[in-house]
Amino acid sequence: MEKKPLLKIKHLKKYFEIDRSQILKAVDNVSLSISAGETLGIVGESGCGKSTLGRTIMGLYEKTDGKIEFNGQDVDLMAASERFRLHRRMQMIFQDPYASLNPRSTVLELVAEPMDIHKTYKNSRERKEKVEQLLEEVGLNRNYLNRYPHEFSGGQRQRIGIARALALNPKFIIADEPISALDVSVQAQVVFLLKRLQKEKGLTMMFVAHDLSMVKYISDRIGVMYLGHLVELSSSHDLYEKPLHPYTQALLSAIPIPDPDIEEKRERILLEGELPSPINPPSGCVFRTRCPFVMDTCSEKVPEFTEIESGHFVACHLHR
Amino acid sequence: MHRQSDKLLEVENLHVSFTTHGGEVHAVRGVSFDIRNGETFAVVGESGCGKSVTSLAVMGLIPKPHGKIIDGSIRFKGKELTTASPRALRKIQGVNMSMIFQDPMTALNPTLTIGSQLTEGIIHQKKGSRKDAYQKAIEMLQMVGLSNADQRMKQYPYQFSGGMRQRIVIAMALICEPDLIIADEPTTALDVTIQVQILELFDYIQKKTGVAMIMITHDLGVVAKCADRVAVMYAGKIVETGSKRDIFYHAKHPYTQALLNAIVRIDLPSDTLKPIEGAPPDLFAPPEGCAFCERCPFAMEVCQRVQPPTTAAGENHAVACWFLDKRADTIRHQVEIL
Repeated sequence: MEKKPLLKIKHLKKYFEIDRSQILKAVDNVSLSISAGETLGIVGESGCGKSTLGRTIMGLYEKTDGKIEFNGQDVDLMAASERFRLHRRMQMIFQDPYASLNPRSTVLELVAEPMDIHKTYKNSRERKEKVEQLLEEVGLNRNYLNRYPHEFSGGQRQRIGIARALALNPKFIIADEPISALDVSVQAQVVFLLKRLQKEKGLTMMFVAHDLSMVKYISDRIGVMYLGHLVELSSSHDLYEKPLHPYTQALLSAIPIPDPDIEEKRERILLEGELPSPINPPSGCVFRTRCPFVMDTCSEKVPEFTEIESGHFVACHLHR
Repeated sequence: MHRQSDKLLEVENLHVSFTTHGGEVHAVRGVSFDIRNGETFAVVGESGCGKSVTSLAVMGLIPKPHGKIIDGSIRFKGKELTTASPRALRKIQGVNMSMIFQDPMTALNPTLTIGSQLTEGIIHQKKGSRKDAYQKAIEMLQMVGLSNADQRMKQYPYQFSGGMRQRIVIAMALICEPDLIIADEPTTALDVTIQVQILELFDYIQKKTGVAMIMITHDLGVVAKCADRVAVMYAGKIVETGSKRDIFYHAKHPYTQALLNAIVRIDLPSDTLKPIEGAPPDLFAPPEGCAFCERCPFAMEVCQRVQPPTTAAGENHAVACWFLDKRADTIRHQVEIL
């Protein structure tokens, strides 16, 4: 996929100030790019900064440092009106379909809201037609226009959220754990839908999740985050076939496989302990406190994020 | 797979319903299963299928008065629980059985030390003095892998991470030396690297104490790792039970098959994903026939009108589907050719 990047971030940082002496480094020095039409999966455990990364790119959080380029344009250099218009091309799907839809709004109001804000229709008839069309695209009945969110199941609500994100014909969508609040069979439906929409509309997508198996299904490339850092980035196939970072290896080996024979024979890399606090992260490599292959250099030097093979990046002292 | 064949718990034709503003919900509609000593019995299904309500009924935790066991029997070591006196129940459900809940953040009281929460059970059930209880609690904390147990006893829940809290909840469940533990989605709230740690811990505890376990989960990977036998629930009924191998390699019910196809496996190429279209039925008005027939690719006319009987498909393998009926032989043959 040799296309020019639609989104490029360089050394992106997002720190939260807890109080005067404590800083939480939620996203620390993350660089990556997403080409037009591709899906990039971002995985990691809770607290690794994956959602913050998505929200910072989206502009929901003010970044602490670094650079975000959309379509070759530096977001910082945009005028306010340009930045406002940027959101026609960049939209977000949220995790919890129960919390992200206003319970007092009807489906028509919810899906039309982005269009209301950006005034993309001529009259109310066009507005209604557009919403009906969107509902159909996400697999909902046209007649649902006047219903309220509580009348829908989780999967249907997530479809409403998707219709809302698509209302402005965006080019780029950040999906923040769009399926983790849903049941297994419904998860597959929603992922199917996202994949279909992506193909039809040529969307570029960043798919943030903690569930590596669904991410594998939808993504072309996958980035793994740990404690605010991007530790590995490669094609989806390579990541599962030959993970390089010890954390990726442990993460993959921790996922139970729904096959009893394989489970019985499996040798696991068990990680000791739990995620350290991002307020006071370990020096050097952030993973060193749980890493089975820890060496002396790991506590002294921050491993550089380097390209080991074509398109396969890793930040680890074992691979240089 | 089972170590002893005697039955610890027998549930027969259990029906549970709830009265709500919207009417009566028939959450569990005739569930039967039994648990043998020392085994792990997994109950899988999607939210709203009745798997949690079934376990609450066994533990006597159905909220009253709007929830009610309307029919069926629950026998623990041969003793009927649905008609037992509250006193007898407290003994059985407090000592011989215990429960592990999904969310370790809310299962512990934030205002009490770990020590007082751990020893509460023993003291309340008069199984020992305060001193004995304290000793026992320390022993349990060590068993679930917490270091410095002596100091930990004086700490409060907020001082522990999610994984450690779940270990404490497990220690609490073990302290009265139960014969049966019911774990309701014990690892769903945890990250995968912590989930493995907890699942390994269960394995260790079962080997050490021989406690039987009902594991309620929606994660088929967890089932493949832990279970001896499995029940698949759908819309308040068990649609298929069998050994782990029966369910994963010889699934007979279309829902079980569909469920196995609706998940992505990290070890296989991912082009096999097939979502189940549609949604489970509304249990305010349960369907007349098979609850899955609306979504079933093989549904016949009889499926819509009459509930399928449970048919044996092997020694421990039972399936509630009309396809397993003798009279469906010709149709089954046609489907297999297709």
